[in-house]
Amino acid sequence: MKRWWPAWVGAPRLDPVLLVLLLLISGFGLVVLYSASGQDMAVVNRQAIRLGFGLLAMLVISQVPPRVLRAWTPWLYGFGVAMLLATLVVGVGRSTHRWLDLGLLRFQPSEMMKLAVPMMVAWYLHSRVLPPSVKSTAVTLAILLIPTLLIYRQPDLGTALLVATSGVFTLYLAGLSWRVLLGFAGLATAAAPVLWLVMKEYQRDRVRTFLNPEADPLGHGWNIIQSKIAVGSGGLTGKGWLNGTQSNLEFIPERHTDFILAVLSEEFGLIGVSVLMLVYLMVIARGLYIATIARDTGSRLLAGSLSLTLFVYVLVNGGMVSGVLPVVGVPLPLISYGGTAAVTLLAGFGMMMSIYGHRKFIK
Amino acid sequence: MISYKGHRAIKDERDERRLFEHRAWVGFILIVLCILALLVRYVWLQIFAFDSFSTRSENNRVAVRPVVPNRGIIYDRRGRVIAENRPAYRLEIIPEKVPGKLPGLEALLDELSGLIVLDENDRNAFHKSRGNYRVFDSVPLKFNLSEREVARFAVNRHRFQGVDVVPYLSRYYPYGELLTHILGYTSRLDADDISSVDEGNYRGTRTIGKIGIEKFREKELHGVSGFERVETNVRGRVLKVLERQNAIPGTDLVLSIDVAVQQAAWDALGDRPGSVVAIDPADGSVIALVSKPAYDPNAFVGGISQQDYRDILSAPGRPLFNRALNGGYEPGSTLKPFVGLAGLELGLVTPETRVFSNGKFYIEGYNRPYRDWKDTGHGWVNIVSALEQSVNTYFYQLAMNLGIDRMHDYLEQFGFGSPTGIDVPGEGKGLLPSREWKRAVHAQPWYPGETVIAGIGQGFNVVTPLQLANAVSSLVNGGTRYSPRLVYAVKSTDAERAKRIRAPVELQVPVSDPQNWQTILDGMDLVVNGLRGTARSVAVGAHFRTGGKTGTAQVYQLAAGKKDKQKEVAEHLRDHAWFIAFAPVEAPRIAIAVVVEHGGGGSTAAAPVARATIDVWLDQELEQELKP
Repeated sequence: MKRWWPAWVGAPRLDPVLLVLLLLISGFGLVVLYSASGQDMAVVNRQAIRLGFGLLAMLVISQVPPRVLRAWTPWLYGFGVAMLLATLVVGVGRSTHRWLDLGLLRFQPSEMMKLAVPMMVAWYLHSRVLPPSVKSTAVTLAILLIPTLLIYRQPDLGTALLVATSGVFTLYLAGLSWRVLLGFAGLATAAAPVLWLVMKEYQRDRVRTFLNPEADPLGHGWNIIQSKIAVGSGGLTGKGWLNGTQSNLEFIPERHTDFILAVLSEEFGLIGVSVLMLVYLMVIARGLYIATIARDTGSRLLAGSLSLTLFVYVLVNGGMVSGVLPVVGVPLPLISYGGTAAVTLLAGFGMMMSIYGHRKFIK
Repeated sequence: MISYKGHRAIKDERDERRLFEHRAWVGFILIVLCILALLVRYVWLQIFAFDSFSTRSENNRVAVRPVVPNRGIIYDRRGRVIAENRPAYRLEIIPEKVPGKLPGLEALLDELSGLIVLDENDRNAFHKSRGNYRVFDSVPLKFNLSEREVARFAVNRHRFQGVDVVPYLSRYYPYGELLTHILGYTSRLDADDISSVDEGNYRGTRTIGKIGIEKFREKELHGVSGFERVETNVRGRVLKVLERQNAIPGTDLVLSIDVAVQQAAWDALGDRPGSVVAIDPADGSVIALVSKPAYDPNAFVGGISQQDYRDILSAPGRPLFNRALNGGYEPGSTLKPFVGLAGLELGLVTPETRVFSNGKFYIEGYNRPYRDWKDTGHGWVNIVSALEQSVNTYFYQLAMNLGIDRMHDYLEQFGFGSPTGIDVPGEGKGLLPSREWKRAVHAQPWYPGETVIAGIGQGFNVVTPLQLANAVSSLVNGGTRYSPRLVYAVKSTDAERAKRIRAPVELQVPVSDPQNWQTILDGMDLVVNGLRGTARSVAVGAHFRTGGKTGTAQVYQLAAGKKDKQKEVAEHLRDHAWFIAFAPVEAPRIAIAVVVEHGGGGSTAAAPVARATIDVWLDQELEQELKP
């Protein structure tokens, strides 16, 4: 193949498999979004531009060698924590302080931390002896707890838990003993009642609603009930694209953001959901494969943890929409409407591609 | 299996990689299991619970709305519209959509009262009727909004969540109070009404016939509700109509009332309370049924304010009281033709039988005199001249000969003492006394003196104007007693032509000799046309020959049951004036009963009213006949 780009750029380092899978999901996402937005092409265009921006970011990052990325990691992490502190002081947004208005674009620092935390943990563990020592484990926990607590203060319980999870996954992949991991799990279970005490009232309502949505069908339970109706009424093959009544008649709240999976399930049925889950699984599998062929420890841990995090997104969102998990603000990766999440995610995949491109036995 | 076996001193790249690969595999397997578990959930929702969720989704999407039928129009005998539907606006509230439960609703009403006239009564009625509706239904707050109110609300609509102006057809009675006592009116459907109707058919209906024809014929006038299956979005906005079953409009009614005749009777009564009932003796249809004073039914249609209702209640002459159907009056001398006929038919007297009137009548063995209205008496009279001059003595004597029981049994055939069965609710039944009745009700024996005064329609006798008019009708048509009818014809939507409603015959009074009946009519003819008739004024300038009979109902204290002797008395204690009539004498086309409360004598107060009424009717009838 003849090169049309300057020689100094070098051969593009992209994983075609991952790229195709991501484009498949994004494309499907835009199709669903068109229906979920009430056939508003402007919304679809806006999201397409964001995805394009994300793909560009992915392309650029994929060309940066992992060691360079690693060199930036502490700065990125430090910047993220500083921004989180800033949002506590000057944040904007409805009742919560999640957004930072940077003039041109509104920026959600907590979203960035979803990348920065696993990167930082991987950076830290890169040069440590694995499985991690007690000291390494303690430092790692500190690295992930600082942003977690700051995000929780915003308050954004969902993102806080996801950020913490991404750190824990890195520890898991680093080989932290099962006993310690189980110990953490036990601790978390024991901490649940404490968590209940420190939770805000609206968060408690969400848990109550999750446990019994029919208690307040027109109030707090509305989202879950309508979402379940949408999913259930989709059946095996769905009502067909643009024919979802629950979504088109606006019974599903947040139908183009957090609950877009309900729209998808209603219009494309069990088959649509299964296909989507299969593609996600393939992305995760590909991510884990890239991790296993990574050149060094840090890259391995980062690629592995990003893959596992993607799974958490899918599971939590899928569980929320189908009513088996409480409603937390977790979008469906690459499908839900929203800029920051898509860009962050694709940036993460950019790093994965970089790891792929700079793998052990590169040709 | 690689597990954590204490801390290594140096990094072992190969070992780390193996450890990682192991962890990655375990992780991936767990992920697959989790995703499969999630898919199981989706399988359960989308396959096993599909039917249930599919139904719920459909219920979300589709709302069934009632389509309210148009209420039937009511016409008079000549095709004039007397009850119609006019476009109007009402204000409705969906309580469920009003934020803040009951206090929120109260605050909303407070705020609304700044834009539209909303008094305590409207609010009470609203709260009362809320119970009839489901929470997500809209409940009417105020009917018949003025144009200003509609405009004012439209500008401020955004401030009121769950409130809307709804166009509808409002009932309107163009003749107002003239026909109230016949038509009645429709008004807000309340809890009592709901229990008496088919709720499904009234889901969208907001008003119902309360009295009169509107109530009696409610079922036909209302029609049958249709429904509409509509697709609505989450806010209830209708996006499209999926299916529509049209409503079947209510049946149109044609009443036998002639508004022109009704108006003539109404005007002729002037300011005095009273009643006029006119019946066509040929078929028992009611030509006029006036009860005065009345009230404007249109005030009730949109919900009457408490103040206005108090005004009506306290108005002189009790406008709410339907005298024609329910007013109980002593028949007085208007009963004489019937008593006379009883005497003739039962063979106690012949047309030639003569009685001497010297002004006083005594029962044998008693020394209480029963007087003629003329102190000096009328001399020798027979049945015809006794009717002409209203000679009491003749009928005292006849009553004594008949005895109360025979008199009761004969007069009963003319419908005295029982409801006529007219096709509106709330009719009184009057009272036709008998020995048995007195024993049962008063636990007292019958006294001969009571028979004497019963012969001239006094004592216990009570009749309603409708009863008396119907009795006259039976008297002049040869004994056919109809159950009078206000509804002359009905026209349902699918019918091409109106269907004539015929008054059912209640009883055919047996006739032993038609000549006897003619004799009575001759006597009544002379009342108007004789030299000594008591109502000669009626004949002056008439195009038709009219027969009649005057009467005076004595006003007495009901509680004490004692007679009040006629002296110089205040207006409200003055006698009620009666006049019954029929015309033309040769072939009667109208039978009429007029009562004028506290009018004094029948000839001066009541007879001219009858004349005015008959004139309009017969002129019209003649005009009709002359038409090709």
